[in-house]
Amino acid sequence: MAETELDQVSGKTTTGHQWDGIKELNTPLPRWWVLTFYATIIWAIGYWVVYPAWPLLWSNTTGLFNYSSRADVGVELANLEKIRGDKMVALGAASLEEIEKDPALLALARARGKAAFGDNCAPCHGSGGAGAKGFPNLNDDDWLWGGSLEQIEQTIQFGARSGNPKAHEGAMLAFGKDGILKKDEIVTVANYVRSLSGLPTRQGYDAAAGAKLFADNCSACHGADGKGNQELGAPDLTDKIWLYGSDEATVIETVTNGRAGVMPTWVGRLDPSTIKALAVYVHTLGGGK
Amino acid sequence: MSFWTRHQIFEKNSIILVAGILVVIAIGGLVEITPLFYLKSTIEVIDGVRPYTPLELTGRNIYVREGCYLCHSQMIRPLRDEVERYGHFSLAAESMYDHPFQWGSKRTGPDLARVGAKYSDEWHVTHLTNPRAIVPQSVMPGYPFLAKTELDPDAIADHLKANRAVGVPYTDEQIANAAADLKAQADPDSAGTDAFAKRYPRAVVRNFDGKGGAPTEMDALVAYLQMLGTLVDFKLYNEKANLR
Repeated sequence: MAETELDQVSGKTTTGHQWDGIKELNTPLPRWWVLTFYATIIWAIGYWVVYPAWPLLWSNTTGLFNYSSRADVGVELANLEKIRGDKMVALGAASLEEIEKDPALLALARARGKAAFGDNCAPCHGSGGAGAKGFPNLNDDDWLWGGSLEQIEQTIQFGARSGNPKAHEGAMLAFGKDGILKKDEIVTVANYVRSLSGLPTRQGYDAAAGAKLFADNCSACHGADGKGNQELGAPDLTDKIWLYGSDEATVIETVTNGRAGVMPTWVGRLDPSTIKALAVYVHTLGGGK
Repeated sequence: MSFWTRHQIFEKNSIILVAGILVVIAIGGLVEITPLFYLKSTIEVIDGVRPYTPLELTGRNIYVREGCYLCHSQMIRPLRDEVERYGHFSLAAESMYDHPFQWGSKRTGPDLARVGAKYSDEWHVTHLTNPRAIVPQSVMPGYPFLAKTELDPDAIADHLKANRAVGVPYTDEQIANAAADLKAQADPDSAGTDAFAKRYPRAVVRNFDGKGGAPTEMDALVAYLQMLGTLVDFKLYNEKANLR
C-alpha cells in the first residue's frame, strides 16, 4: 500500500494513490454530511420496524403502525362523509321534490351534481350539457324520455338501451336496411318529416304520399301529428331540435339505418345520492319539466 | 490485513469486481423480487378476472401499438380523490393477464382502468375517429383509420400462444378457435356466438363499431376499452381480506 504524506502546498494529507506521478489529496466528506448519511441508515431501520418492510416465508412484516394504504383510503373516504356532513345525509334522505324546494339542499345538490356531471356525463353531453350530434342537449326542454325529476333520475339510473333490464328500450327501425321501405319512399317520407317542422321540401315531392307513408310507418311511435312519444323515446319531429341533424341526407340516413343511441346505466357505478344530485342538476339546467 | 486492504482485491481485479456486483444484485433481487412470486398477498384471489378474448387482446395490441399508454394510465391509486373520480382502486388481479401491463405513469388524458361500460360504443367510435367532434377541448389525436382497417383473424392465434407462453391460461380449444372467436364477438348475429360464450363466459358480444362487414380495428379497440375494469364484481370483493 502506498504511503500517505503531507502535501506541502495545501497542508492536507494525500490518499497515497498515484497516477503518473500525480497524487490525490485526501479531502474527506464534510462531517455533517457523513453524520446525515449515517442518520438515514438508522432512520431506515426505524422504518423497517414501524412500516411493512421485509418479506417472510408466507407473508411480510406488517410493522408496528399496522399501516395499509388500502385501509387508509377507506378511512379517508369515511372522513369525507363527515366533512360533507349532515347536509349530505339529508340530501340522501330527501325526495327529489323536497330537494328542489329547500334552497340549501338545492345548492348542495347542484354543486354535487355539477362535479359528478363533469366527471361522468360531460364526455357525451358536453361540459355545459349542450350535447353533440347523437348526444342529447340537456339544456332545452325537449326530452326523449321525459323531463320530470323522476324521469330524469330513472334515465340516469338505468340508461337507454344499456343492457340493464330496467333501461329505456325501443329504437328507431332501420326502414331502408331492413327492407321495410324502398329508397324513393324513404326520400318522400324524409321530406314529409322535414315539412313537419317547416323545413323546405325537395322539388316534385308528393306531400300526400309522404303523409300516407308517415301514417303507415312512423305514426305508431312518433304519433299521428309527429309530436313524438316519450314512453318509446320517439322524438318530437315538429320542433326545430334535431339529435342527428335535420338536413335531408341525415334524415334519409336516419330512416334508412335507424338510430339506437345508448345511454349507459349508472346505478352501481354512482351511489344513489350522487344520482339524485345529478337528476336535480340536470333538471335545473333550464329545461326541467 | 485491514478491511480496506482486502477491498483492494475487488478494486484491482475487474472479473472479481463483476462477480461481486452480481452477488450484491442477486441478494437485492432475492429480497425484493422473489417474494412477489410466492407471497399470497401479491395478487388478490378474485372471481371474475379472465384472460382477454381474441378480439379484446387484438384491441389491447392496438392500444399498445398506438401508444395510448403515453397519455392514459390504467391504475387507480388508493387515494381519496382518485377513488372519488374513477371508482374502486385498481387491484393487482385486474392486470394479472396483462403482458406487458398498461399501468402507465402519465395522465394527459384520464385514467382508463374503469372506462369500460362508462360510455356508449357510439361515443367511443365517434371520439376515436375525431375526439373534438364531441369533446371540443380535447387534445387527443384522431384515429379515423381504425374504422377502415380490417383485422387479420389468422394472426390472433399466435398472440394467444405468445401470452400462454408467459403464463396466461389459454386452453388449446381457445387457441384453436381464436380466429372464429375474434369474428364472433363482433357479430351478435353470427353462428359462432354460442361457442364463443362457452369459451369466454360473461364476455360481451356486440357490434362494437356499429358497422356491418368484417371486424375492424375499431371493433377490437372498443371491445377492449368497454371491458376495462368491468371484470371484478366489487359487491363480492372482500375488502378486509385484501388489505395491503
